Amino acid sequence: MSALLRALWAYRGFILGSVKREFQSKYRNSLLGAAWTVLNPLAMIVVYTVIFAEVMRSRLPGVENTFGYSIYLCAGVLTWGLFAEIVGRAQTVFLDNANLLKKLSFPRLCLPVVIIASALLNFSIIFGLFSLFLLISGNFPGMPFLALFPLLAILIFFSIGLGISLGVLNVFFRDIGQFFGIFLTFWFWLTPIVYPISSLTEGLRNVLSLNPMAPLITGFQTVLVNRTWPQWETLWLPGALCLALCVFGMGLFRKHAGEMVDEL
Amino acid sequence: MGAITVTNLGKAYKQYASRWSRLAEWMDPRGRPRHHLHWILQDLSFTVNAGEALGIIGINGAGKSTLLKMVVGTTQPTTGNVQITGRVAALLELGMGFHPDFSGRQNALMAGQLLGMRVEEVSALMPEIEAFAEIGEYIDQPVRIYSSGMQVRLAFAVATARRPDVLIVDEALSVGDTYFQHKSFDRIREFRAQGTTLLIVSHDKASIQSICDRAILLNAGKLAMEGTPEAVMDYYNALLADRQNQSIRQEVLANGKMQTISGTGEAEISNITMLNEAGQSLAVIDVGQVVTLRIDVQVHKDVEQLVLGYGIRDRLGQTVYGTNTALQKRVLTSVVAGSRVRFDMRFSANIGPGSYSIQTALVSSETHLENNYEWRELALMFEVINVNKPLFAGVAWLNPDISINHLA
Repeated sequence: MSALLRALWAYRGFILGSVKREFQSKYRNSLLGAAWTVLNPLAMIVVYTVIFAEVMRSRLPGVENTFGYSIYLCAGVLTWGLFAEIVGRAQTVFLDNANLLKKLSFPRLCLPVVIIASALLNFSIIFGLFSLFLLISGNFPGMPFLALFPLLAILIFFSIGLGISLGVLNVFFRDIGQFFGIFLTFWFWLTPIVYPISSLTEGLRNVLSLNPMAPLITGFQTVLVNRTWPQWETLWLPGALCLALCVFGMGLFRKHAGEMVDEL
Repeated sequence: MGAITVTNLGKAYKQYASRWSRLAEWMDPRGRPRHHLHWILQDLSFTVNAGEALGIIGINGAGKSTLLKMVVGTTQPTTGNVQITGRVAALLELGMGFHPDFSGRQNALMAGQLLGMRVEEVSALMPEIEAFAEIGEYIDQPVRIYSSGMQVRLAFAVATARRPDVLIVDEALSVGDTYFQHKSFDRIREFRAQGTTLLIVSHDKASIQSICDRAILLNAGKLAMEGTPEAVMDYYNALLADRQNQSIRQEVLANGKMQTISGTGEAEISNITMLNEAGQSLAVIDVGQVVTLRIDVQVHKDVEQLVLGYGIRDRLGQTVYGTNTALQKRVLTSVVAGSRVRFDMRFSANIGPGSYSIQTALVSSETHLENNYEWRELALMFEVINVNKPLFAGVAWLNPDISINHLA
């Protein structure tokens, strides 16, 4: 393990360079350049807040706030976006970098690290803007905001553990990638992101309690909408799964890393 | 630093009967294998000492690239292992990981980091990289507008910016123009002189012979031969011709050199000598001396066409001159079994001092790849000395008439 970390440390230049390059390449040949990194998420936040709060006047049951539903929506969509980006990219990471893996010798775990780092970079831009909006509109949660960091840590390790496991399997069984695309859509709607969990019947709520993403996303929503600390005890399922998936993913990767190159 | 030890190396790919068999194998709790192994390389053992240069030769599909990939470490061996000491640089595929939208400088930086260098290190080497790649102000233009030659030059410059302990080269050098090929080869030679261990895969006889101390021949995934580049290259050429049931044998000559003879055997050379104008056999020739190369051929089976080819090669195995009776429009047709044919080739030996060998071929047409009756390396050895000519350099005797005029 320490050898692994040392190898990653030795390639930190490559990791940072890759993140930088990925970030730059998106807006490489555009006139406004980096401005787009702000404009895109800004548009999204504006849509969610202005449209839902002002135009459609959607209200969250039990929350007396004009922006209540908008904040609820953003808290769920933004964090789900981080999850989906990491898992989505990790499951194709080995296929996308087949050439590099076949021709060059470098620590392979650089690739998932690059994915996490660049997803986090995108997330911090959009979430920074969102936090700014919360501050300006007077909805900043205060101290409970700190709870976002452990929540994010669980989310990220859950995503990468799942992503790597799928990524390795996807090399051998390409159906995984196709299947997971469909699965993710269902998963999104089976997670209380767009609708409040209280709007569901008792039976459906029990089904949803099996969804590890539900308590995690609810945690974010609790902090941002209710401005209180999340109920930590609800997080044991995602927390345990996050550990299990990371261990499983690493094991799978170690066992099949050699054979994987032959399949690419 | 720089030694390579390959022990019992083998590589096999798993082959499954169908896509579902792999799933079945993974799911099977008893772990019963449902694949069979397809062996690419087997039982390969050799060592390369620090500072040595080893050439790897073999026809396409012999397993050369797989071997290099295992030495570099991208592919994991199925059996055995590879041990390398020191820093390794590989020129397997140049321009890997270049992003078309970024400038040459940015890509060079990135490629350097991918090779494990730190940013400051690459930045410090950047002037040298720029100078070697010779792409001028294009260095700050996006790589997408580069010619393929420019990309290769830049990639080579980055890959060889630092002298590695072990350099692994896979025919990457056959790209680029002649000038750059020479330049990159000079750099490899320079590294070699400074103690870098070399591992080269190439089909180019000249580069293997001029730079390698030793060579190994891979054939069908096995180590077919190991020896001097010259002997291995000769055997390889014979193998190339060996697509039609021919025999190959190598004999050690009196001087310790290895003679390779191959062919289908319809005709063979029974005698070969070099004669002076008085008809006496020669082993040493004076520069410019008129000599006759006499080759007697014994025909064992009826052949429709008989062409004799010969080449004079210098001590490095490079052909100084070669021709055949088809090129000279003297093809023999309908030669019957049992006949003996004498070929006398009279020429002036306008070649420089040194040791030469003659290689012969008995074939049915100009190329030796089709109907190769007999192919013989080192059929005859001779020395050329300079007895009475002014001292000169090189392998050719191109004596000039010099006229000097004072113009002012």
